[in-house]
Amino acid sequence: MLILYLATAILFIISFIADKQKTIKALKIAFKKFSKIVPAFLTMLILISIILFIFPQDLIIRYLGIGNKYVSMLIASLIGSITLMPGFIAFPLAGILRQQGVPYMVLSAFTTTLMLVGIVTFPVEKEFFGVKITIIRNVIYFFIAIIVAVIMGIVFGEIGK
Amino acid sequence: MKKFLKPIIFAIYFIFVGSSFIFNFESGELIGKNFLSFTFSMVKIIPVAFVLIGLFEVWIKRETIEKHLGDNSSWRGFLWAILLSGTTVGGLYVAFPIAAVLHKKGAKLSVIFTYIGASAVCRIPMVVFEASFLGIKFTLVRLLVSIPLIIISSVIMGNILIKTNYKIAKQ
Repeated sequence: MLILYLATAILFIISFIADKQKTIKALKIAFKKFSKIVPAFLTMLILISIILFIFPQDLIIRYLGIGNKYVSMLIASLIGSITLMPGFIAFPLAGILRQQGVPYMVLSAFTTTLMLVGIVTFPVEKEFFGVKITIIRNVIYFFIAIIVAVIMGIVFGEIGK
Repeated sequence: MKKFLKPIIFAIYFIFVGSSFIFNFESGELIGKNFLSFTFSMVKIIPVAFVLIGLFEVWIKRETIEKHLGDNSSWRGFLWAILLSGTTVGGLYVAFPIAAVLHKKGAKLSVIFTYIGASAVCRIPMVVFEASFLGIKFTLVRLLVSIPLIIISSVIMGNILIKTNYKIAKQ
């Protein structure tokens, strides 16, 4: 994170020295783009706050730890699609699940859909790409996540035992 | 009517969360805390990302992007997209505006879709984190399977969209 701040600051200073007018224009563009997307970000944040309330971590741990691995994989991929978590929460959570004996294919379905499929990012994504493309992309990536999970199951010997 | 719907929903939400804190309504407080923690993590990233997007837009020539990521770029365009995605921070919500500005500068659709998909699965800090919790083997399998699938689906999606004369929203 610090590197990013430093790099941005350095680039900004260089830009300012090279061309003051252009740099001011860049800031104006940045601000305009940002203010345009703020309502979508706000919608996204509201959705996340409610969804994480409905699916708290202990509930996720309880649901993924039980039952048939294929059912768990499906549930994991659905929870992963609906929720959004930063990596520093998601992977420790996956680590806990692993210690409880949850198969890798289930963990893969969860973390990959978490990353690739975004129901809560829908309001932001549709601002840029439109409703149709947003739906198509998310559906395709959901299936990619399932394929990854199945191959994960094969590689770790969880499928075909 | 539709114009006022969003502000009304926002207002109801904030009044609900605000009064939950006043009246110690636990569920509402939890929702409010979730909101604050996510807002905080986004506030750390978003302004920087948008300043970089602004600088990118004024300094980088359209020809440069067209040449490396545009219609006539070879497989290297996809490689660039994946490398760039590795350095992306935050999440998809940062990748969308970057993808949009790349497209505006002439990057082709299949390349920007690859960038979006790749920035979901191969951001470097996240990959390191994942490997430390779930093992290198897990991370490698995930990357080796998902990246080719992301590229293939992006190419297919790009080709279909070009045929239907799709235009991404002006930002």
